[in-house]
Amino acid sequence: MRYWFPFPFLSLGLLTFWVLISQSTSPGTLLLGGILSVALAWAMVNLSPHKTVPGRVRPVFRLVGAVAVDIVRSNIAVLKVMLGRRGKPATAGFLQIELTLTDENAIAVLACILTATPGTAWLEFDRTSRRLTLHILDTADGMDWQHIIKTRYERPLAEIFQ
Amino acid sequence: MSELLIIWCMLLAQLMLGVAMACTLYRIIFGPRAQDRVLALDALYVSAMLMLLTFGIRTANTIYFEAALVIAVLGFVSTIAFAKFMMRGEVIE
Amino acid sequence: MTVLDLPLWAALPVCILLLLGAGNALAGAIGLLRLKSFYARLHAPSLMTSGATILICLASMITFAVLQNRWIFHELAIIAFMMITTPVTLMMLGQAALYRDRAEGSKEVPHKEAGLREEAAVEE
Repeated sequence: MRYWFPFPFLSLGLLTFWVLISQSTSPGTLLLGGILSVALAWAMVNLSPHKTVPGRVRPVFRLVGAVAVDIVRSNIAVLKVMLGRRGKPATAGFLQIELTLTDENAIAVLACILTATPGTAWLEFDRTSRRLTLHILDTADGMDWQHIIKTRYERPLAEIFQ
Repeated sequence: MSELLIIWCMLLAQLMLGVAMACTLYRIIFGPRAQDRVLALDALYVSAMLMLLTFGIRTANTIYFEAALVIAVLGFVSTIAFAKFMMRGEVIE
Repeated sequence: MTVLDLPLWAALPVCILLLLGAGNALAGAIGLLRLKSFYARLHAPSLMTSGATILICLASMITFAVLQNRWIFHELAIIAFMMITTPVTLMMLGQAALYRDRAEGSKEVPHKEAGLREEAAVEE
């Protein structure tokens, strides 16, 4: 089973994408999509990515909920900054955080979350010193970003992946 | 009533997207540095994709969707290529 | 069959979503124009790719679902694609900008402590 389907989630995602784009669920589409998705998963084996299996499911939902709320909230906050007077927040600045996450995929997910929320931009992560450099658009809105990132994102990610 | 609403909303939405594209175009031309230009090019790709989706709604034709998807893919690949080029290919100014 | 055939109950949400989405994109573009530093401008396109794309794709989904009387989900492909790719592009651009600013010896960006050897190697 493991041999035939090395990356089941990747295959499933590819098949879904194929069906979405071709807009039909006829047997031919499903057959071709199934063959392609399995074959492309084999091609992925040669890249040998670092594999992790998510441990628990419950923190995933909590994390997704928190991220969705944060995206909407920070969208509104950034809208205010961009359309506000002068257009330049006085306190845009860099922030450096030491991460305790060790799993590479967890760090990749954290990068996606931080970049998807407008207001924080991921700039750089140094593997040796485990130091993450961020840019924060508006640090003056009374939020302790370091605390937010540590408790809202990093802890659930550590629960999921480790 | 409904027709009038749709016509005006379409017009307004396309106008806003057009102005957005003009803004990004300004950054592409006058952006002080190369990274500003690449960032603005990425934004231009996205707003062109949104414009195509709006055209698709207006004409009720799904062919625009394919074009929008192609533009999204092209924008992603070209931005990545530019960013990589800025990191490796260029001599330090 | 054009968009003008939409009944009023469908036209209202489509118009609202469309206007909100286009407004979001316009706000992102204005931010791109007005913000002063590159790193601040880096936040502007994510407004377009998250907010505007989702809203306009929803409007498109409603339109085609009502007009053609069947559910069409292929806009979800665009939403998923934008969600996956935007972090990658912005991250790469941020890294490239940081690299270039450091190579120029700019005072405004934070310095790299552990990787000093790398930069020295590049300058030689």
